[in-house]
Amino acid sequence: MIELLATRYAYATFILLVSIGLYMVIASPNLVKKVIGVNLFQTGIFLFFVAAAYVDGGTSPVVPDDPAGPASAVVSPLPHVIVLTAIVVGVALTAVGLALIIRIYTEYGTLREDVLREVRTDD
Amino acid sequence: MIEQLPALLVVAPILAATVSLVAGLRWRETGWAVTTITLVGLFAMAIWLTTEVYLGAGGDRIIHQLGGFPRPVGIELIADRLSTLISVVVTGIALGVLAYTRLGGPRGNGFYTMYLLLVGGLLGVTFTGDVFNLFVFLEITGLTTYAIVAKGESGESAIAALRYLVIGTVGASIYLIGVGYLFMATGTLNMIDLSASLAEVGYDATLVRVGFVFVFVGFAVKVALFPLHSWQPDAYQHAPDGATPLVSALVSTASAYALFRITYTVFTVEFLRATPYVTEVIVTIGSVSVLAGTTLAVLQTDVKRMLAYSSVSQFGLIVLAYGLVTQTALVGSLVHLLGHGLMKGGLFLAVGVIAAGTGARTVDEYAGLAERRPFAAGAMAVLGLALVGVPPSVGFVGKWFIAVGAVEAGVWPVAVVVFLSTMLTLAYVARLLEKMYFTPPARTGAYTPENPLAADGSGETVSKGMLAMTVLCTVLVVALGFAGGTFDSLLGPFVEGVLNG
Repeated sequence: MIELLATRYAYATFILLVSIGLYMVIASPNLVKKVIGVNLFQTGIFLFFVAAAYVDGGTSPVVPDDPAGPASAVVSPLPHVIVLTAIVVGVALTAVGLALIIRIYTEYGTLREDVLREVRTDD
Repeated sequence: MIEQLPALLVVAPILAATVSLVAGLRWRETGWAVTTITLVGLFAMAIWLTTEVYLGAGGDRIIHQLGGFPRPVGIELIADRLSTLISVVVTGIALGVLAYTRLGGPRGNGFYTMYLLLVGGLLGVTFTGDVFNLFVFLEITGLTTYAIVAKGESGESAIAALRYLVIGTVGASIYLIGVGYLFMATGTLNMIDLSASLAEVGYDATLVRVGFVFVFVGFAVKVALFPLHSWQPDAYQHAPDGATPLVSALVSTASAYALFRITYTVFTVEFLRATPYVTEVIVTIGSVSVLAGTTLAVLQTDVKRMLAYSSVSQFGLIVLAYGLVTQTALVGSLVHLLGHGLMKGGLFLAVGVIAAGTGARTVDEYAGLAERRPFAAGAMAVLGLALVGVPPSVGFVGKWFIAVGAVEAGVWPVAVVVFLSTMLTLAYVARLLEKMYFTPPARTGAYTPENPLAADGSGETVSKGMLAMTVLCTVLVVALGFAGGTFDSLLGPFVEGVLNG
């Protein structure tokens, strides 16, 4: 178990981040915190992709100065590109989410889901 | 030229969306014109591409390599027999709903920008040949849908949109985890490459199996299967009337199509056969979704909400057929996918027409509607019966193929589920029919005034276009009901190819 954590700590952190994110989404009554939870969830997945690409002793995948020199292991660039795209998608989602929250706040004057439920049933 | 069409179909609406936004700074009310012109063009291109794929000499698959990079490095857009049909439905329904939004829908260039982006995202989901790009297009579709749902007038729509955003994002992210597992197992993201590499890695590898589970759960959220459906009723109910037909007819349809793609093109039927219990689980989840969706629909009083729950059950039926793995059932699921888009689109159009004309929104307020709104009520009645599966209608064709496929596969309980869901669907559709045709209108001010002020001051709240589109949908649903054999001969070879690898 200790050895697993020592060698696979990136994946352990991924599981932890994803779980915390999902818990926040489900349990937090505050709408902004829900969106932060979604962000955390996505960040965990980015970590997962980057960790999957990591090669022990790997270097960055650029053309070496000396093409005839000894070939070295490189880190796969594809997951990094994917994560870059996914971060952009995540930013867009956060923006839309926060915009919706502003609309809800101006409409109902609260950011808490439980209060919101009471306000809506009163109508 | 023909190789460029899939790329053009994805890029054109996204570019046109910016045109609509920029031109809106100078001229007001350009959005509708720009959107109409773009969608007419897209519809024509989709039809051209479809005829080329079905009848052209170049084989039944057109592949566009973006930037000319070949497969392992580059990204592909693939137009085959299934994706072109879906693209025709997407562009056709989007074009039809536009006729509604001209007078009834949310106005403004912002809305039409979202509309075009949504169409672009849907066509991207349809044509993409890369599992990660599928995620990006799903998110484009999702983001625009959240914005469109939030266009509704009340604050409720913002809450529904936020709820949809949170659940939808978590769903898409779960799909992304699945993609991560597949990438770790194979080192590729291209669908065609993946299907070969997965076989090499072995279908019993833990990474592959876990990858499938994550992908399936992610799509179950997007498609709105039973325990994960809770975003859908709110979103459909509170979306503006002009947007609900589009969202309900296309967004979940595209996700269900993508699930088919991933299950049968990427994982292939060999995976389903080699992995114990996976088809049983898919069939069970689908069946539970069918029964729960129809039962919840019967309990609703708001018509839009009722139809939203009915979507949960119809998509349960489609996903259930994925798990039956017989040719008949798969053709049935695809026919039902296309037919459901048309039926739900038409039903929500009718709901919009009725709400715009009379203000009636709940089942009780529909009392005596047939006298005052004969065409809208008639369309609603026919489409509702099609949803039940009364022949001749496209709803019957899909259900029949699925039920026969279930019997072929020897899964008798599924035939019972289909029968039960038909009965329950009849329960809520019949309630509506009874109200519309046999109950005299209530006299206690259940309605808003007969002619509320139209937004453009013309005194008309229901345009000829709105009504014409509703009726057209109805006619198509019935006409396609006679085309069961045609569907089988069109999709049969494709499904056979999918099943035989």
